[in-house]
Amino acid sequence: MITLRLGYVPLIDAAPLIVAQELGFAAEEGLAFDLVRLGAWAQARDMLGAGLIEAAHMLVPMPVGQALGLGPSLPAMDLVMFLSHGGQAVAVNRDLEGRLRDGGHDFAFDDARAAGLALRRAVAGRLRVGVPFHFSTQSELVRHWLTASGFAPADLELITVPPPMMAEAMAQGDVDAFCVGEPWASFAVERGLGALLLPGTAIWAAAPEKGLVLLRGFAETREAETGALMRAIWRAGRWLDDPDHRGTAAEILSRAAYLNLPPELAERGLTGRLTISAQGDIRHAPGFIAFNAGAASFPWKSLAALFAQRLAGRHGLDPQEAMTRAMAHFRTDLYRQHLRPAGAPLPGASQRVEGALAEDRSVAAERGGMILRADGFFDGFTFDPAASLSAN
Amino acid sequence: MSKRLLIVVVEPDPDRAQPIADGLREAGDHDIRIIAEQSGLARQVAELRPDVVLIDIANPSRDVLEELALASGPAERPVAMFVDRSDEGMTRAAIEAGISAYVVDGMRPERLKPILDAAIARFHIFQQMRAELAATRAALEERKIIDRAKAVLMKARGIDEEAAYALLRKTAMDGGKRVADIAQQLVMAAGLLGR
Repeated sequence: MITLRLGYVPLIDAAPLIVAQELGFAAEEGLAFDLVRLGAWAQARDMLGAGLIEAAHMLVPMPVGQALGLGPSLPAMDLVMFLSHGGQAVAVNRDLEGRLRDGGHDFAFDDARAAGLALRRAVAGRLRVGVPFHFSTQSELVRHWLTASGFAPADLELITVPPPMMAEAMAQGDVDAFCVGEPWASFAVERGLGALLLPGTAIWAAAPEKGLVLLRGFAETREAETGALMRAIWRAGRWLDDPDHRGTAAEILSRAAYLNLPPELAERGLTGRLTISAQGDIRHAPGFIAFNAGAASFPWKSLAALFAQRLAGRHGLDPQEAMTRAMAHFRTDLYRQHLRPAGAPLPGASQRVEGALAEDRSVAAERGGMILRADGFFDGFTFDPAASLSAN
Repeated sequence: MSKRLLIVVVEPDPDRAQPIADGLREAGDHDIRIIAEQSGLARQVAELRPDVVLIDIANPSRDVLEELALASGPAERPVAMFVDRSDEGMTRAAIEAGISAYVVDGMRPERLKPILDAAIARFHIFQQMRAELAATRAALEERKIIDRAKAVLMKARGIDEEAAYALLRKTAMDGGKRVADIAQQLVMAAGLLGR
């Protein structure tokens, strides 16, 4: 049995790591996971960089930021698979909730266009939105959604707030709204501080949220362990995507050693049945979080390019160079090599036009066919890496 | 002569912050400030414009400092990233000790080293103390629970203390468990049965 130290931040999307250990998917591959709970995203990056953990649960844009030289100088880090899509929710404080309701918004929880326009009407000046980290899917979702809803960049202030402190930041009046991974949005609703306005999936149906990140040196020299680790986590993701398993998963995740919260709270995001307001209104958000279904774990290079282009724009870097550099850190090659033996469906290409699938679609795979998840943006935005790379 | 450095220690626990601050004062003539309050950290740091910020590697507020370190222009950037400019050995030692340091652009590693060495030493001492305290507390708790389990067995089975302990130990060994865990289960079960 080989022990690997894996770092995670307490969120429901750490489930593949925790479930792989607790339900024996790791043991099946001859591995034992020493799961290290981390307090900060920067800690995940630094501990991985110093070799104090072998792999980390990370926000997908983090290895992109590293690849672009926007972080500290640490050894090269590669994302070998996605751990989850979605799992985030947007919340507004009680004052904004009241103004939105007065303006006739129905809190239907499924229409990002309606919610965005209603918010634009309800907010007079600047909107302060909490996001968990500078390099985060949440930050990209909020920017995309609100600029497409009529907010000028100057009307938006994105403020970094660690997920467990998000509710408190709202209570203190430091933020008017936030976008965070579950269970931390539900935690704020539970405290009566705000209402949930949208799931992340209403903005972008398949926003990649967390990835499994390894040092390149480890992934390339310790192939056997890397493969075993990826297969254990991939099988845990497959187990997690059975709707009948989500309640059990909530129980396991909520234990004192992991999230240390009432299981009922983690269950909301995992089952997609969320209490959205202090009055107890419930909304069902199908596919609120996905781990594996529809090739969710495949680390498309086009997604590296999409995040890289956006980060490059904000940090004054050359977008072409940024995209090329980031794509090299999303290891579709390792995904194919290590998950082919486990029977994972493998797409024919490693990049595609992002945002093009309005519905789930069956496509040709390396062997037979496979289903790709719908990945549309609410405003019809698409991103073609080939066109962006050849454009000047 | 180089100017005095303003060093900010972000640490909510005063028992921990104070010895770190003392250690830093011994390391040189610096101006040390402690920030205990986590909310409004970004604003406080931006106003102070410190030369060095020291913070526990696991403190969630680090992610807030990261944002400051990425602010658009050097003029608006109140802190930079230490690990950018110094040697890898120093970085690793700090990470292993559980410290992160954010430093203004252009600070020379030889100015930073004594500061970091002092912080690392204090962090080590504190971690050791905390581990010892936790171990002592746990041992005391276990003693108490084993005593209660023995009392339950003595009363229920009419045996003496030595026999009660022997029974606990045998049960634990047979089940591949710790005596304290068996004792805990027994006390809980006895509580449920109202004994």
